[in-house]
Amino acid sequence: MSAALVYRTMLGFYLLLFFGFLFGPLAVMGVTAFNTPAYPQAWPFEAFTLDWFWKLFADESLMIGLENSFIIGLLVVAVSVPLGLAGAIVMTQVYARVRGLYYLLVVSPVLTPGVIIGISTVIFWKDVTAWTGAKSLFTGFFLTTLGQSTFISSYCMLIFLSRLQRYDRAQEEAALDLGASRTQVFLHILLPFLRPAVFSAAVIAFLSSFENYNTTTFAILADKTLTTVLAGRVRAGMTPSISALAVLIILVTASGALIYEIARAKERRAAAPA
Amino acid sequence: MSNAYTAYAIFLGPLVLVLGIAFAAAFERRRAGAAAEPNFFARNGAPVATFLILAVGVWVLMMIVLPQFYMIDFSFHPKLPLAQRGGPNDIHTLVNYRYFLFGSPDDTSHWNTTHLHAFWITILASVIITIVNFAICYPLAYYLAQVARPKIVTRLMLLLVVPYWINEILRAFAFRVLFGTGGVINGMLIGLNLIREPIDFIGADVALYAGLTYAYVLIMMFPLYNAIESLDRNQVEAARDLGAPWWRIHAEIVMPHAKPGIATGATLVFMLCAGALAAPLVLGGPKTLWFTPIVYDRFFEAFNWPQGAAYALILLVACMAFVLIVMRVFKVTFSEIAR
Repeated sequence: MSAALVYRTMLGFYLLLFFGFLFGPLAVMGVTAFNTPAYPQAWPFEAFTLDWFWKLFADESLMIGLENSFIIGLLVVAVSVPLGLAGAIVMTQVYARVRGLYYLLVVSPVLTPGVIIGISTVIFWKDVTAWTGAKSLFTGFFLTTLGQSTFISSYCMLIFLSRLQRYDRAQEEAALDLGASRTQVFLHILLPFLRPAVFSAAVIAFLSSFENYNTTTFAILADKTLTTVLAGRVRAGMTPSISALAVLIILVTASGALIYEIARAKERRAAAPA
Repeated sequence: MSNAYTAYAIFLGPLVLVLGIAFAAAFERRRAGAAAEPNFFARNGAPVATFLILAVGVWVLMMIVLPQFYMIDFSFHPKLPLAQRGGPNDIHTLVNYRYFLFGSPDDTSHWNTTHLHAFWITILASVIITIVNFAICYPLAYYLAQVARPKIVTRLMLLLVVPYWINEILRAFAFRVLFGTGGVINGMLIGLNLIREPIDFIGADVALYAGLTYAYVLIMMFPLYNAIESLDRNQVEAARDLGAPWWRIHAEIVMPHAKPGIATGATLVFMLCAGALAAPLVLGGPKTLWFTPIVYDRFFEAFNWPQGAAYALILLVACMAFVLIVMRVFKVTFSEIAR
């Protein structure tokens, strides 16, 4: 056997192991969603059933959680995309001496455990809303949106920053010379240039919000989202309904991620010089 | 802390800070003289400049800085009913930290072994899981970044992205299905006649450590891939032509080049592991020790919020210490890690 063949066999074996590790547990869980026993069981496979899926749709609090997760996801997109955009633009203009400190500040939420962001958001806003008399603001939706946006804005900012690195300021000067106002330059030159990044940031923000648990579980107070309902269910006991839900979520996120990645790959191909 | 005093601090603090920055900016401009950029408002136009200042101001002050400072201050206060807050009993105290160390607000004769042990196990296990994840990811990251053909890279990357977005709770659930006493692994082992009685993987924390490794493996993968990808292939070729063995190529060329990526991956995996809540809740046995669920219990079982804040701060300090150690060991700057 030649050395190249040994190398190829080992590589193939390693790739098989890695992707087996990645997908094996998900596949096993997927199988339990279609098996009849009431305790999630993949093997022996007794009989095919879709009952666990129907049970899911009849589960009211799960449906409420799903709806709330969706609304909060949209709110988080609406908050963190503009914040990330502003953060990135300021980064390109801020004085070099302050830049390091500013960078440290706006990126620190990415390196802070989610539970801590949730805890500090709740503690801070509880008192602020109490003193300002705006107690009606102290709701799970408001706090969860703020808490999640704290670090999701940082993700958005990093996406905008990488796109801004390729921004050519000569375009701006050309427009100014032709008599455009500063606001027009922002609206008609900078924003269109950043459009792919706005799209990426919005998708990433929504997905990050939708699957977040650590920050949400503190900030959501008495309300519920899909992840907090799910956590309660999983802790209460094992049922194949959860596997069924997992199958649905995997299908949705997988197709979403696929569409997003394909769109990005296409864009990259279009952008690359032929 | 009296309420009025803190309220002023919250609303005047930002104002003072913004004015301070404006003064500093004006000072810088004067020093730079004619070569200076036009000022912020002139450069962006009033509407856009206002939007930028408001957005960044709200984000940095109201969402990042003030909540953290407030939590720190809160953790140095005793637990009081709402009516007594701001009253004579509302003093700064170390009672919450004393509880973490000694398991009692005032008796310091013996250590709070449960919490201290959990903290130590959490840190140690997180470090080990970080190292294991690096070992699992490095070969694939290298293969994708330097060896594989572009078409294969695109396809494998798609395969990696999909599990990346699956919820942490569902991943933990999948591992519970695998490792439970009636789970697949026990079923297989019994079916193969290797064991008679099911093994309690969950009680032994095997499921937890495996689940955590699984949950964050891709967090390590992407930074590592990006860092190795930027290495010029000719360098590896040159080393090989000069007769370097494969392990020296990795130890002396690829890994030093990938240092920022390794640091990023390690920092993120450690932080996510040490701050993991879903995995220990789902995969933890009755005797499992993990620090985050203890923090959670301070709030929702013990209803002692200041103590919870103190515990959260201890976790935060541990994570910051890890970042600093990584920066030291890998000799990278903060902006190289957080990219």
